[in-house]
Amino acid sequence: MNATAQAKAQTPDQAPGAAKPLLEIRGVEKRFSLSGDFLEQLKFKRGRIVREQQFVHAINGVDLDIQRGEALCVVGESGCGKSTVARTVMGLIHPSAGEVRYDGQRIDDLSHKALMPYRRRMQMIFQNPYASLNPRMTIQQTLEEPIRLHHPDWSPKRIKQQVAEVMASVGIAADWGGRYGHEFSGGQRQRIAIARALAVDPEFIVADEPISALDVSIQAQVLNLLMEAQQQRNLTYLFITHDLAVVEHFGTRVAVMYLGRVCEVAPTATLFARPRHPYTQALMSAIPRLEDDRPQHIRLEGEVPTPVNLPSGCVFHGRCPHAFDRCRQEIPQLIVTDDGGQVACHAVEEGRID
Amino acid sequence: MTTTTPQVASRWSRFRGSYLLYSFKRDLVAQLSLLVFIALVAVAVLAPWLAPMNPYDLAQIDIMSSELPPFWIEGSDPAYPVGTDAQGRDMLSTILYGARVSLIIGFGAVALQAMLGVSFGLLAGYLGGRVDAFLMRLADIQLSFSTLMVAIVVGALVKAIFGGATFSAYAVPLLVLIIGLAEWPQYARTVRASVLAERHKEYVDAARVMGFTSRRIMFRHILPNTLSPIFVISTVQVANAIISEAALSFLGLGMPETQPSLGSLIKSGFDYLQSGSWWITLIPGLVLVVLVLVINLLGDWLRDVLNPRLYKG
Amino acid sequence: MALLDVNHLDVRFALRRGDVQALRDISFSLERGERLGIVGESGAGKSVAAFSLLNLIAKPGYIAGGSIQFDGRELTDMSDRALRHVRGHRMSMIFQDPMMTLNPVLSIGEQMVECLKAHRRISTREARAIALRKLEQVQIPSPSARLDQYPHELSGGMRQRVIIAIALLLDPDIIIADEPTTALDVTIQAEIMALLLELCEQHNVGLILITHDLGVVSQVTQRMLVMYAGRVIEQGPTREIINDPQHPYTQGLINALPQMATPGSRLNQIPGSMPSLDNLPTGCAFHPRCGFIDRADGTTRRACIDEVPGFVTSGNCRVACHMVAEMLERERISAEEIR
Repeated sequence: MNATAQAKAQTPDQAPGAAKPLLEIRGVEKRFSLSGDFLEQLKFKRGRIVREQQFVHAINGVDLDIQRGEALCVVGESGCGKSTVARTVMGLIHPSAGEVRYDGQRIDDLSHKALMPYRRRMQMIFQNPYASLNPRMTIQQTLEEPIRLHHPDWSPKRIKQQVAEVMASVGIAADWGGRYGHEFSGGQRQRIAIARALAVDPEFIVADEPISALDVSIQAQVLNLLMEAQQQRNLTYLFITHDLAVVEHFGTRVAVMYLGRVCEVAPTATLFARPRHPYTQALMSAIPRLEDDRPQHIRLEGEVPTPVNLPSGCVFHGRCPHAFDRCRQEIPQLIVTDDGGQVACHAVEEGRID
Repeated sequence: MTTTTPQVASRWSRFRGSYLLYSFKRDLVAQLSLLVFIALVAVAVLAPWLAPMNPYDLAQIDIMSSELPPFWIEGSDPAYPVGTDAQGRDMLSTILYGARVSLIIGFGAVALQAMLGVSFGLLAGYLGGRVDAFLMRLADIQLSFSTLMVAIVVGALVKAIFGGATFSAYAVPLLVLIIGLAEWPQYARTVRASVLAERHKEYVDAARVMGFTSRRIMFRHILPNTLSPIFVISTVQVANAIISEAALSFLGLGMPETQPSLGSLIKSGFDYLQSGSWWITLIPGLVLVVLVLVINLLGDWLRDVLNPRLYKG
Repeated sequence: MALLDVNHLDVRFALRRGDVQALRDISFSLERGERLGIVGESGAGKSVAAFSLLNLIAKPGYIAGGSIQFDGRELTDMSDRALRHVRGHRMSMIFQDPMMTLNPVLSIGEQMVECLKAHRRISTREARAIALRKLEQVQIPSPSARLDQYPHELSGGMRQRVIIAIALLLDPDIIIADEPTTALDVTIQAEIMALLLELCEQHNVGLILITHDLGVVSQVTQRMLVMYAGRVIEQGPTREIINDPQHPYTQGLINALPQMATPGSRLNQIPGSMPSLDNLPTGCAFHPRCGFIDRADGTTRRACIDEVPGFVTSGNCRVACHMVAEMLERERISAEEIR
């Protein structure tokens, strides 16, 4: 995979003639109510009963495109909304606003039945291999079930054959079928979970922190497996992670999120060579490295604000060393940079910082 | 690729190596309880073949041999080892038949409770929101009526509409219905609580992402993982249902004296307690206590074994 | 003599299917003010090692052999009373989950004062002053206000700072930190590690840092142990091990990191996974996954499968590997021949 070559073909905001993206996320917002049910929302204020609701703003206006065959990595710290993006794309959560388009078709408002063809084409791999396999089902049952659902016309023999093929392709021994998930180690379970996702021959996979719960030596195995599957099956990934080393290795492009907004999107090599957004810069300087020469990490002031009361303007302004008045008032939009990325920062736009 | 490939185990060898069996082998109380329980169920089920006489058959009853004491008291008849009741029925046979009725009602009522409670609990826990609020308020309302009140209302209605004879003929299914309807919220609450815990696990999300229907996810994926608590409360509920039935029968709202259960036996003997025929009440009472006790002991043991906080399995 | 001297420590867990050896033959020492890293994957026994240092292993675990000498005194057979003194005053511990240490119903100040008064004869006012000073040391913004806050009112990073302040409360000689930043985000992790490093250097406090993160170890510690399946397989100066690992497992672990491969290429994975402690392979526990073994000749290969390797010294490091021993031996012979 040549990251820079691919990146050139995928200039953001669709240069004329460029391929249509496989997945488009447009202005997606998601807020979760904190205020319980209707009766609990009623408050008595100034002699009147008013309905009051508080929300957690998990994501606020996310725009992302995912091109066929690429691996788009979404990075950010806990609470930045990266998992919410993944779950919204997969239809596990309905967005409060905005839309998700798959292959040109809007999918976030489809009925269960209308969504079925997309369910086969889009699959998901979860973070915790200890919770993502049903403890009461054997591996064979776990793998056969989705195939039977999506191919009701297939014979039992053909289903078995498909299971055997997918098990072989992820390096699971054929005799594991009769056993239960708890008999396996974390890495083995994650292989099984990947096999389940691949069993219905999807073209797009959302992976939500698929290696975070695994040991270092096992992480490499699973990452290799995901890359092999991508090459063999021409998969497209939306890869959620907090580990920048993994992003650098795995991603075609990277989107950096902070407090429910995308602050920078760029081809991987570009982003790592020259991070533009002040938050990206701070994030990258914080990675513990093996080398001696400790580059001083950029200390951010304060902490991530709560997503209940979002800061006005740029959500990062309270901790940003380059913040000025405009940042406190106006929400920065993603602008295209000269090196093929997009960044949402007034300071970069105005050329005040590099 | 991988170095450790655990052996495929058959169901039997899986059971033999299980923690369930291991702890059972080390728990004398559980072993004794199971033994007594199995013995009681066996003699109750086999009552028509084991009992010396049929208490339902009026032809076999001899009023002359009424109120005979058990064998260790003077004046007993060797044909009636634990004596006879006021109508001259053999106590041993009556208790065997009575235990049968009690067990049928107990298990039947629990089956009904479980069916209702598990379905409602699954729906409430999985769908959440308004369905949850509605079903749980319904459960609260149901719990605020005691079993007794439901029984009185239903019993009175049936008797008024269809007459006492019909009530007697359908006493067993009616009691199953009453106790089943009155106590489903216990199940619903337990199931809802474990569904709420399971619903947020990733295997449920995985099933949703696959495109399975809610019904399939509830019954095929979540339900099997809530079986342990269902199992545990089932034992307690069987004991409760048997006691409820006995209480209802004692109050005259349950089984008629012609088809005695343990409860109606206790009631029928109660009138003769003063006259010195204590065995008519006490012996069925003892059987009831032992039956309920062993079921509760088994339930306790099961809860300890299946408690995920004590043992992760 | 070193401040802490651990020799041939064996820890076992008495389980119903028999004893499981959790730690086998652990030896290391820590000088005053030295920072030591213990690295390994989950199940390697690094947390058990930390707990056994304070003689804090919970039943059914027990120390089956070996010695732990702290400041010339033996900890393994010390009375509970004396041990409590050592735990409070001389060694303190930082856990991965701050909520394990913090009591949710007491304010930060109450917990710190209570801890101080349990160990020293001082007034509440003095204790509060010390607590405040410690909170200032860990660079918590508005420390005096924090004293009256409850743990749930603080963010994860703040809580971990409070934990560090509590660990420093009685001016210990050694802090044992068990995965102190694993639950935190990278930016917070970097700040906490920098703080820990700074405080240890300033106050000449020794640090035993238990982690799975080679990056953190390489930035903070001076020496390190690598553990695999309950044994130390390599130990020495951190820089030397990171730059030139000798043991095939350490090599594999470092080479498996994504930053060691060109982006997009295949990562150098170690096949298989760590064996469970109750089912260890014979000989060297790593041999079924070892890439070296194919290159070994007959005798060494048999040794890998049959004999548990002892330590050989290579440079400043000690390595438990038959292959490394063989290579060193060969080098020695050829050096002699040249002479």
